[in-house]
Amino acid sequence: MNRVARLLLVRRKSGRWHWTDIAAYTYLALGVVLMFGPVLWLVLSSFKTQAGLLEFPPSLLPMSQREVMVQGFPQPLPLFSTTLDDGSTRVLAQVRRIGIVAQMVDPENPAQQFRIPIDKRTPVREFKLAMENYTEPLERFAFARFLGNSVFVTVVATLITLLINSMAAYALSIYEFKGKNAAMLMVVGTLMIPITIILVPVYLVITELGLVNSLWAVILPGAATPTGVFLLRQYMLTLPRDLIEAARMDKASEWQIYWRIVMPLAMPALAVLAIFSIMWRWNEFLWPLAVLTKTEVHTLQIGLNAFQGELQTQWHYLLAMTVATLAPVALVFVFLQRFITTGIANTGMK
Amino acid sequence: MRLIDWPMRGLQRLLGERRMAYVFLLPNLVFFSLFVFLPLIINVVFSVTGGAALFPSERPYVGGGQYAYLFDCDSFLDPGSCREDHFWRGVANTLRFTTFQVVAMVLFSLVTAVVLNMRIRGRGFFRAVYFFPVLLSPVVVALIWKWILQRDGLLNAGLTALGGQKILFFIDPGWAMFWAVFVSIWAHMGFYTLILLAGLQAIPADLYEAAEMDATPRWRAFWRITLPLLWPNLVVVIVLALIRGVQTFDEVFVLTGGGPGTATLMVVQYIYETAFSNQVQNFGLAAAASVVLGIVLFGLTLAQLAASRRRSA
Repeated sequence: MNRVARLLLVRRKSGRWHWTDIAAYTYLALGVVLMFGPVLWLVLSSFKTQAGLLEFPPSLLPMSQREVMVQGFPQPLPLFSTTLDDGSTRVLAQVRRIGIVAQMVDPENPAQQFRIPIDKRTPVREFKLAMENYTEPLERFAFARFLGNSVFVTVVATLITLLINSMAAYALSIYEFKGKNAAMLMVVGTLMIPITIILVPVYLVITELGLVNSLWAVILPGAATPTGVFLLRQYMLTLPRDLIEAARMDKASEWQIYWRIVMPLAMPALAVLAIFSIMWRWNEFLWPLAVLTKTEVHTLQIGLNAFQGELQTQWHYLLAMTVATLAPVALVFVFLQRFITTGIANTGMK
Repeated sequence: MRLIDWPMRGLQRLLGERRMAYVFLLPNLVFFSLFVFLPLIINVVFSVTGGAALFPSERPYVGGGQYAYLFDCDSFLDPGSCREDHFWRGVANTLRFTTFQVVAMVLFSLVTAVVLNMRIRGRGFFRAVYFFPVLLSPVVVALIWKWILQRDGLLNAGLTALGGQKILFFIDPGWAMFWAVFVSIWAHMGFYTLILLAGLQAIPADLYEAAEMDATPRWRAFWRITLPLLWPNLVVVIVLALIRGVQTFDEVFVLTGGGPGTATLMVVQYIYETAFSNQVQNFGLAAAASVVLGIVLFGLTLAQLAASRRRSA
């Protein structure tokens, strides 16, 4: 604890504040606002009611007007704080609005009616989370299906990626064989090719395989990632060869060596690749957009983009779904932050 | 995995220990050939054919016709004078976008990396703050900012509170491009900051101590020690940002839809729309455009390889 405290209190050698320290902290504080602020604003907004979202200027917290049940009225009435002619203020419920005059009642005593000019009243508001923004899309739209599709694509694609890339990495790190250099060259070659420049022919291949509008069309093309092979190969090269020789002596098959010895030892590298694969697949947009045209097979990202077009006025659903889409990534990040950043710094991949 | 081991053992008996390497390599190579190697060849074939059919055997050969059509311009500086003016608008926009983005990205990520490399409390937290948006999907990033920048959004609320006027950011071409660049930097800055931070941390501290002994001013130490030693990392950042800039599609597409008009239409969006979303799906023209894009990206990748080789050497 003492060490932590010392570490926190350390500044320049003199122990005084240099102007650069102040500038740095100002910059960082601004950075926090600029980087976190928009996400926070999105989350706060996603809990606002439809009416709350239309307010201008917007309120910071999700607020909504308080409503009360008043005897004699079938529906809850909105509450206002009003200024009466004599200058006193009272909390009244509005029955209806006629032009610039509102007809109001005292919630305690419904018999007493008031006619108040509308500029003499302000809504009574309370903090309220509009959970229906989250629950209604589940019932009314295919949101649950998009979520399921995204999870399926992410999980299956990551498993396939881990398997075939680790197999290739194993071959390229443990064996000497004819054509090894050619294989390496091919892997390096893939590094350079983004999906954007082979969009059309990959679409043709997928069509020939009969996979258009199938989730496999999204899973398969990105499964063999050169970055993955590289990362795993570099790691496997550091494993002790004696271990493999010893296993061979004990009559373990090559597959057993790969699966029972090398794979468990390569766990740290596999974990890094798994995180990246999950991130890539969860966030992928252009390729699914091209190959998944039917609503049933949309992933979250495509669904979200489609919602954006269809539900232009329905920001309350759109914002809630956006939050639901970023939440898993944010959670993974909170727990694995250190792991992810060092992984990226070391391998330079994304 | 016993189930797999049994046939694998048989294979090993058949091929011998060493040739098992091919078995391990096979799945990856199948995927590679099917989804990268073959498509690369088909792409070139597509680009020299015409018609509306998807299968190459049904497509008539047109030679360099698609390329000629793409490059049919009175003046390359004026997209309006080209027959395929959207492509050239896409090129011009992508160039503009990439230029602004790379310059601003390098500047901001350098400043951020330098600040994060100082003795700062809670360095890990701040690093996480800047890195967090890198993980968000382009669609989410674009929607967050669209929400803030809309007519009655947070930013306009701030502007009116300060006595200004509401600005329709996505109606004004200049603003739309500005926000496209801004949002892209917001989303990816953390990644480049991380690369530069790794470079800064590799600079030996005694160099700075020596500079301090000689009473060298800090800005001078930065100019004479930090920048030269960080240069290889900077080059990597510049080239990577260039490559990604040229490939930009998703964020801008969701944010502005390429608009207003064609003010933020990027080359990749042009390719995507030509191939998939226009009334007439013109695969040949899209393929030709992507070959052109591929050549540019190939050049940039070579530059990157050269740069990273120098870094590791």
